[in-house]
Amino acid sequence: MKVDEILKHADAQLITTVSDRCRNLDMAFSSDLMSDVLTLDEENILLITGLSNLQLVRTAEMADIQAVLIARGKRATPEMIELANENGIVIMETPYSIYKASGILFAKGLKAVY
Amino acid sequence: MSIELVFHIAGGDFSNAGKASSHIKKVLKQLNIDSKSIKRIVVAVYEAEVNVAAHAFSGQVTAQITEHHIEVVVSDQGPGIENIEQAMQPGYSTASKEVREMGFGAGMGLSNIQKNTDELSIESRVGEGTIVTFRCNYL
Ligand SMILES: Nc1ncnc2c1ncn2[C@@H]1O[C@H](COP(=O)(O)OP(=O)(O)OP(=O)(O)O)[C@@H](O)[C@H]1O
Ligand SMILES: [Mg+2]
Repeated sequence: MKVDEILKHADAQLITTVSDRCRNLDMAFSSDLMSDVLTLDEENILLITGLSNLQLVRTAEMADIQAVLIARGKRATPEMIELANENGIVIMETPYSIYKASGILFAKGLKAVY
Repeated sequence: MSIELVFHIAGGDFSNAGKASSHIKKVLKQLNIDSKSIKRIVVAVYEAEVNVAAHAFSGQVTAQITEHHIEVVVSDQGPGIENIEQAMQPGYSTASKEVREMGFGAGMGLSNIQKNTDELSIESRVGEGTIVTFRCNYL
């Protein structure tokens, strides 16, 4: 699923200058546990999370996660956006809960990692 | 070829935990190491860095990068680990509420380091500190 479609389906905002709207994500994973995210072997993943801190972006950087969708209207800090831009990570913000965003994207065909 | 990189980590400093793994990642990319190996290495270094930030007072990361592998030593001054076997069990964690709120403290870090490395040794003295040493051979 393309970043563009995720933005549309989850009523989300793209907040990084890394604005690769055609970037394709194969699968998604929803978690607030960074140590869990760090165990994933897959690539081209969308991470859906309720967490919004610098560790989230660091974790995405180390785990080769291409795109992050922050749920429930939480805002990314300027430091997070800067780090994401440096590392080519797309950050999106959605007003939806993790459950709702995950459910909609799953129904639209974005597969689950597990 | 052999490159040595050294980084300091302050206990409790979560905004800087990740600087060592981030720098190591950039160096490995420049050396054209394959992306699967890079991911294994930087995930292991990041987990070890976060452990120093979460559980110790201060620490140091030393990475020795050669043509075929990387050797990393993460040593810290801190409370040490009383029972290393128990600490290695997935799910075992003594992390504080603050650490958990930041998304860590699932008790998965050490077993994830093990999963991503080819050799791992953990030495610890209670009341003094911990030394985590590992090696990853590139694919
Ligand atoms: N450097 C360290 N100094 C002191 N204790 C440590 C250190 N590293 C790990 N430990 C102990 O071992 C436990 C397990 O570590 P591990 O990294 O597996 O999980 P965690 O750090 O608690 O959570 P997670 O890594 O999933 O965020 C820790 O909770 C802590 O009690
Ligand atoms: Mg840990």
